[in-house]
Amino acid sequence: MITLTEVLTLSGLLFAIAVAGVFLNRKNIIILLMCIELMLLAVNFNFVAFSRFLGDINGQIFVFFILTVAAAEAAIGLAILVVLFRERRSINVEDLDTLQG
Amino acid sequence: MFATILFFAFAAVLLGSALGVILSRNPVHSAMLLVLCFFNSAVIWLLLNAEFLGIVLVLVYVGAVMVLFLFVVMMLDINVEELRKGIAGYWPVALAVAGFVVFAILNVIVVRHLGGVALRTAPALPAGYSNTHVLGVALFTRYAYPAQIAAVILLVASVAAIVLTLRRRPGLKPQDVAEQVRVRAKDRVRIVRMNAEKRQ
Repeated sequence: MITLTEVLTLSGLLFAIAVAGVFLNRKNIIILLMCIELMLLAVNFNFVAFSRFLGDINGQIFVFFILTVAAAEAAIGLAILVVLFRERRSINVEDLDTLQG
Repeated sequence: MFATILFFAFAAVLLGSALGVILSRNPVHSAMLLVLCFFNSAVIWLLLNAEFLGIVLVLVYVGAVMVLFLFVVMMLDINVEELRKGIAGYWPVALAVAGFVVFAILNVIVVRHLGGVALRTAPALPAGYSNTHVLGVALFTRYAYPAQIAAVILLVASVAAIVLTLRRRPGLKPQDVAEQVRVRAKDRVRIVRMNAEKRQ
């Protein structure tokens, strides 16, 4: 029988890997977006686990909405990325310093 | 017992492929490993009796979002070596932050058991339980308005993505259907009356 502790531990490890990925790949926006997807996946794991172990369907409804917003975020993020690459010919975060003046 | 073995097997592959996502040199490999992550997560959600969400994860993420990622990776010509430069210096920071996150989460879950909640066993599902049915009833009654808002968000996102990537290049000669339909014969053909010349 799977216990709640195991699922939450898995989710925590997944989230930690995603956080480490943000630091390791801090120049490449595509990998940063992938790390955000991983974080959202880890959060969804928590919702699904609690929904199952507390016998409450509302947690899964929340996962449904998080998936919706994450899909919208990925679509707009990648669109911005494509426009950015068209303007700058680069996706390096360090090249995006226009607002520094 | 069998479910537990499956859980640990898929969890191991999930964590391994997640590590691959952040450590891989090639963005395409990262995207493919992320697809593997989503497949393993979907299986674990199936083991947790969240069947509908497991299938939705495969359909939406693997089928749509990751294809979008791969498409963008393919479209952009990225110099990976340039982007990998100077990463070695960030290993200690990454390990420290990740270690702190793991410590904080495990402290709450494993040491304190979430105040006793984590020790609870999963309640038995009633006979004839259908996850999709229960989810659908909740979604279309209590969460009917949020579902509408989610639909609007998706619509706005797709419109925004199209508008952002729409490109108007000068010098192109696109077809203007309205103008083509509106045109009259006298706009195109001009009859010039002129005197005929004498034959030499």
